[in-house]
Amino acid sequence: MSSDALTIQTAKAVDRPWLETVHEWVITVDHKRLGILYILFALLFLVIGGLEATIMRIQLMRPHLNFVSPQVFNRMFTMHGTTMIFFVAMPILFGFANYFVPIMVGARDMAFPRLNAFSFWLTAFGGFLLYFSFLGGFGLYGAGNAPDVGWWAYAPLTARAFSPGHSSDYWTISLLVSGLGSIGTAINIIATILCLRCPGMKLSRMPLFAWMNMVMSGMVLIAITPLSAAQIMLLVDRYLGGHFFDTQAGGSATIWMHFFWIFGHPEVYILIIPCFAFVSEIVPVFSRKPIFGYPVMVGATVCIAFVSMSVWAHHMFTIGMNSYGNSFFALTTMVVGVPTGIKIFNWLGTMWGGKIIFKTPMLFCIAFLFQFLIAGLTGVMLGVAPFNWQLSGSYFVVAHFHYVIVGGILFAVFAAFYYWYPKITGRMLNESLGKLHFWLFLIGFHLTFDIMHIPGILGMPRRIYTYEPGRGWDIWNLLCTIGTFLQGIAVLIFVANLIISYFKGPKAGNDPWDAWTLEWLVSSPPPDYNFATIPTVASRRPLWDRKHPEDPDNLYE
Amino acid sequence: MMSAIANPISQPPVPWTLPYRGKVAMACLIIAESAIFTIFVVAYLFYLGKSLAGPTPREVLETPIFFTICLLSSSLTIHFAAKSLHGGKRGAFLALWFATIVLGGLFLFGTGHEWHRLIYQHGLTISTNLFGTTYYSLVGLHAFHVTVGLLMLAIVLLFALAGRVGAEHSARVEVLSMYWHFVDAVWVVVFTVVYVLGR
Repeated sequence: MSSDALTIQTAKAVDRPWLETVHEWVITVDHKRLGILYILFALLFLVIGGLEATIMRIQLMRPHLNFVSPQVFNRMFTMHGTTMIFFVAMPILFGFANYFVPIMVGARDMAFPRLNAFSFWLTAFGGFLLYFSFLGGFGLYGAGNAPDVGWWAYAPLTARAFSPGHSSDYWTISLLVSGLGSIGTAINIIATILCLRCPGMKLSRMPLFAWMNMVMSGMVLIAITPLSAAQIMLLVDRYLGGHFFDTQAGGSATIWMHFFWIFGHPEVYILIIPCFAFVSEIVPVFSRKPIFGYPVMVGATVCIAFVSMSVWAHHMFTIGMNSYGNSFFALTTMVVGVPTGIKIFNWLGTMWGGKIIFKTPMLFCIAFLFQFLIAGLTGVMLGVAPFNWQLSGSYFVVAHFHYVIVGGILFAVFAAFYYWYPKITGRMLNESLGKLHFWLFLIGFHLTFDIMHIPGILGMPRRIYTYEPGRGWDIWNLLCTIGTFLQGIAVLIFVANLIISYFKGPKAGNDPWDAWTLEWLVSSPPPDYNFATIPTVASRRPLWDRKHPEDPDNLYE
Repeated sequence: MMSAIANPISQPPVPWTLPYRGKVAMACLIIAESAIFTIFVVAYLFYLGKSLAGPTPREVLETPIFFTICLLSSSLTIHFAAKSLHGGKRGAFLALWFATIVLGGLFLFGTGHEWHRLIYQHGLTISTNLFGTTYYSLVGLHAFHVTVGLLMLAIVLLFALAGRVGAEHSARVEVLSMYWHFVDAVWVVVFTVVYVLGR
């Protein structure tokens, strides 16, 4: 049987009432459709979260501006942070995992399709519940609407006395619900990878994409659950009169910080490891070389997952831990840099001597490499406890973690969009619009977030709604805001590209990038059942073997 | 040899066995649940002796030895129930499965009885002091898991009474049995922390 026989063209009837199509999407248990739903849901919230960021940047553009009130500003940064982490980054990464993990390991669907649908709808419900707080948050007390306690919701801000009404409860319950959804998806991904691999797909032959998503899912199991536990405790405090975080009754505000950051720090790695997965798939294809140091990449990922579980209190150096605590968390923070550095060298090693093709996905990956490196370096700076005492809670920290999340995660996600859009829709994204998007976003990103380090070093605290003129912060804030608009325009170009190319883009064919993993074996978009015949693989690059039978990979593995 | 490599699809099917997805998923769920319980146990230990007012654990807690034996022995009965189902002995399965539910139910009754005593005799509620908050939430979280487990066991019992559970379902029953073992193991930790170390 040749590989052409596996390519089945789907010819679908088009004349159907639109309601039937909607119904099909709502009740679907197909991993590809759920993946797309996850991604669309995340894109919607990306625009919302981006608007909130823009509102904050307009308010901070000049000193003493009155664009929004202090109360609204508090709601904006709370909703921006919560939205971007829980309802943009996580669902978009789960969306890609949902779509591609089963195809890449040669399966027809996830291990538990109905659990998959349930998890998605839990996440979606959580997102809409959070935003319903704008309408429903008044509660019985006529106080507050959207949550305004910051995305980490430190005690005692969330106590009844300081957060009357129900705004904090919307935050708590929506994160609890979407957290359950995340755990469901994580279980599903692990079960799919361990139990549904096609014949020959040993763990040592699995694409790095699958490996890294499995590690991420394992982290979700251990890291999201402490947040759920802390949310349950917070609900006990707020509704049953408990005293977990009630300092008046002997409770501790510090333990909330610990519980939150036991979740919060691994969460960063939950977000970045799937991005490593994207980069590890895209860089080899556009360098025309297999990934450099596959086993080391897997080992470094597992290593990062382990070490990142024991670094959380570096978010809390200023609460006054003893010197043993400070030293321990400073050291573990430095140690995470080692496996991360190994990865960066491996990607560089993959590119070294390769025939690099500078298409849009690769451009985003290269930018990711440099920006993630810089983000890591400021991370090491902040990991030094005495340095942290100076700059904790300043705009330097804001600049640092946006460098990770925008410069690292978002760039890798854009790369993934340009790389896999042809597979998902069957059409190529427009390359010129893609390059315009890349350069505009790159300039906007650096304008905003390179510059943002400076007011931080000059002492500008985060989460202030305005500031006095003449402190030397004015010009930097103005430049940051200009950069924000450039990024906004770039994202609009990206969204326009997604829509235009869906209708007008050139046909992609099965394998537009001449790539090597199994998703490029099937048609674009793949048929409902993925593979007519479950494939058999003999190496890490099954499509290379099929294209080059005279020199297959398994001779060298 | 070369032709086999050149056309990997035409190779004869190699023996290819993978783990059962139910077991893997349950193992993952147990890992996730362990993390939740760990946080509650840490909170309990952290707040030991930090209550500003009484009652304290030493004054009011009584070690529930009988009910603990009930719960722990239900692990044995469910193990042998699953084993009998695997061996096709449906009668033994039904009896042992029913015994598991009775033992679990007894344990839940014990928890309820203790809570009733604490509330009505000692006036300890979840909002009385830190001990009340941490005690009821930790033990309550465990009791919630016992309740969920009992509901699932009861569903299997209903199907079994209707004659719809056979040896072909033993893999699924094993998955439920894993969960029940986990609930018991958590009780060992909770028992040690609350009734042994915490007094």
